[in-house]
Amino acid sequence: MRTSFESGGRHAIYCEGIGKRYRIGMRPRHRTLRDAISHTALAPFRRLVSCASSFANDERDLWALRDVSLELREGEVLGVIGRNGSGKSTLLKILSRITRPTEGEAEIRGRVGSLLEVGAGFHPELTGRENIFLNGAILGMARREVEGSFDEIVEFSECGRFLDTPIKHYSSGMYLRLAFAVAAHLDVDILLVDEVLAVGDAGFQKKCLGKIGDVAGRGRTVLFVSHNMLAVDSLCTRAICLHEGKVVLEGPPLSVTSRYLQNWLPVFREVVHDDIETAPGNDLIRLHRARVHPLNGSPANQLTVRTPFVVEFECWKLGAQSRLDLAAEIYNEHGVNVFATAENRESPAPAGLLRSSFIVPADLMNNGSYRLHLRIFLNGVGVTLVADWEDLLAFEIHDAASELRGAYHGQWPGTVRPDLQWKTEFLEALPASMAKDQSLN
Amino acid sequence: MAADSQRATANATTFIGSSDSFWTLGWADLKRHRELLYYLTWRDIKVRYTQTLLGVTWVIVQPLAVALALAVFLGRTIHLPSDSFPYPVFVYSGMVLWQLFAQSLTESSNSVVRNEQLVSKVYFPRLLAPLSAILASLLDFAISFPVLVLFLACFRITPTASVVLFPLFVLPVILCSLGAGLWLSALNVKFRDVRHTVNFLVQFWFFATPVAYPISSVPVRWRLIYELNPMVGALQGFRWALHGEGAFPTRSVVLAIFTGTTLLLTGLYYFRRTEDTFADFI
Repeated sequence: MRTSFESGGRHAIYCEGIGKRYRIGMRPRHRTLRDAISHTALAPFRRLVSCASSFANDERDLWALRDVSLELREGEVLGVIGRNGSGKSTLLKILSRITRPTEGEAEIRGRVGSLLEVGAGFHPELTGRENIFLNGAILGMARREVEGSFDEIVEFSECGRFLDTPIKHYSSGMYLRLAFAVAAHLDVDILLVDEVLAVGDAGFQKKCLGKIGDVAGRGRTVLFVSHNMLAVDSLCTRAICLHEGKVVLEGPPLSVTSRYLQNWLPVFREVVHDDIETAPGNDLIRLHRARVHPLNGSPANQLTVRTPFVVEFECWKLGAQSRLDLAAEIYNEHGVNVFATAENRESPAPAGLLRSSFIVPADLMNNGSYRLHLRIFLNGVGVTLVADWEDLLAFEIHDAASELRGAYHGQWPGTVRPDLQWKTEFLEALPASMAKDQSLN
Repeated sequence: MAADSQRATANATTFIGSSDSFWTLGWADLKRHRELLYYLTWRDIKVRYTQTLLGVTWVIVQPLAVALALAVFLGRTIHLPSDSFPYPVFVYSGMVLWQLFAQSLTESSNSVVRNEQLVSKVYFPRLLAPLSAILASLLDFAISFPVLVLFLACFRITPTASVVLFPLFVLPVILCSLGAGLWLSALNVKFRDVRHTVNFLVQFWFFATPVAYPISSVPVRWRLIYELNPMVGALQGFRWALHGEGAFPTRSVVLAIFTGTTLLLTGLYYFRRTEDTFADFI
C-alpha cells in the first residue's frame, strides 16, 4: 500500500484521492461487435452514442469522480448530496466494491452492507421464503443469521400468508415490503445506502427512513446518498455535496443542504445554443433553446405561485421520418417529482427548427426551487430514449400574497398548491337543546 | 449468537485500490462467499426446472432423446461404427458427458450477463457466477450418470473396476468448459455477440468430438490435432472407464488435461483482469 493509513484512529471509512474515469460511450445499450465496427466506420459516432459527449466538449474521458478524500468516524451518519451525474452513485459503487476506482485508495473497517437497491437478486420464480434466504446471502448474511431473524423478517414484510407463493405473483407493494424486510435485518457496522427510499408509497418511505434512523441510533456508521434534503437534514450528522465529481461542500447537514440549494442549484430559466453543429443532441435532434417564462409577461418577470407560465423548447429536428416525443419532468428542491408531461404525436413532425411548449396554470405549483429534466423519446418499434438532459433548467417560484392564506404566514405545506374551491352549505338547524348560542344573540 | 459471529468479522478491514493481484485469485473472498455460491447454484437448478411437468427428469430425457435420434438416423441408416459398444450405448454414454460439457459451457458463458442486476448493484466475487453455472450442470450430471450405468446394465454391460476412475475424465470437461466459460462470460459483458456465438460454437464442437462416431474414423495423421480438443481425451477415457476394455488412452487424456488447464488459466487471467469493470459495461 502506498499510503500509510493512520492506525490509531477510529475511522470506519477512509478514502484518499479516489477517482473514477469513464470513457465516453463506454456503456451504450446492447453493445455488439457489429455496432463497434459500424461505429468506427461512421465518423461522428460519438454523438450517437451519448448526448453526454456534447456536454463534455468532445473529451474522450469523463472523470465521474476525481480526487475525493473522505473520512468517516465510527457512528457518523454522512449524507451525500449533489445533482444527478455529480458522482454520488459512483462513490457509492466504489465503496461497495461494485466497481474499482481508477486511482486512489480506500479503507473500510468493519462489516459493510450496501443497499443500492432493495431486492437485488430476487428471482420471480422463487417463493417468498426462498427469496428471503437468497437475498440474505446476496446481502452478505450468513444462513444462521437469516434463520435467526426469519420470523421477524416475515412479520415485518406482512407477507406471511404468501410465503410459499412464487414472488412473480406478488403485488409490487408486497415485493417491496419483502425486499425491504430482508435489508432491514441486515446487521452491519457500516451501511451504504442509495436512494432506496425513492420507491414505494409515503408510508413505505417513512418506514425505510425510520429504519435508517434506527441503524444510525445504534451507533452504526451510515453513508446515505440522497436527493431528499429533508431526510439528509434529519438523519445525518454531517453532509457533503459533490459537484462534477469533486467534494464542493462539507459540514453540518443543514448548512450543506441550504448552501447547496442556494449556490449549486443556480437559476437558469433559459439555455440557448446557437450553433447547430455544436448544440447538444445527436443525429436525430439538437437542442436550440429551452426556457421558462411567465405567460403574458416578459421573461425577466418573477414567477410566483399566481403566475401561469410557459415551458418552451426549440429543437432542430434533423430528419422528417422519426417520430420524436418530448417529455418534461419537474422536480422540487427535495428531489420529489412534482409532475411529468409528454407530447404524444400522431405522426412525425417535419424536419427543421421546431418549437414545443406547454403551459403550467397558475395556482398549481407551490413556491420553491424547481429543476426540469427533458427527455426525448423515439417512437418506432417500441419507445427508445434518444436524449436525456437532466437539470436542463432550474427556476424559482416565489410566494405571492394571496387571500388563500388568511392569517397563516408559514411555508404552505404540500408538493403542489392548487387553488381549490371550498364550499360550505347549511344542512340543518341545531337541535333545540344545543341551540343556546342563538338565545344569547 | 448471531451477534457473536458478526463481532468476529467486525474487525475485517476492506482495502479498495485501483488494482488487485491476479495470483491471490481473491481466494479469501471466495471462501467468505461460499454460502452465496451454494445459493446461486441452488437458484439456477431450482429455476431451470420450475413450472415444468417433467422437472428434473429432463436431465435424463434430453441426452436420451438426442442419443435415440442419433441411434436411429446414424446407427441404423448409415451404420456408423461404434467400436466395441452397441451403437445406442456408445452414443448415449457420449451424450451424457457431452451434455455436461455443453450445458456448462452455455450456462457459464451467459452467467455474468444473466446476473446483470446483481453485478451492477451488489458486490460479490464475480467468479461465483460461472462457478455456480458449472456446479449446477455437475449436479445434473450426478443424476444422469447413474442412469447411464443402469442403461448399460440393460445392455448387459457391467462396468469393471475401472469405472471408479470416471471423475478423472470429468476433470478435463470441467477444466475446458470453465476455461472457455470464463473467457466467454467476460467477453459477453462487452460484446453480446457471444450469446449467439456460443450456440454455434457448441454445435461445431459437437462435430469435433467423438460423440456420434468413434475416434477410429478420424485419419491417424489428423489425430494429434484432433486430440487437442480436450473433449476427445475426456470422452475416450470416459468410455474406457465404463467398459474397461483395451488400452488406457494415455496420450489423449494427458493432452486433454493439458489443453484444458491452459484454457482455464488463460480464462481465469482474462476474467480476473476485466471483472473490476464489469459493472461499468454491463
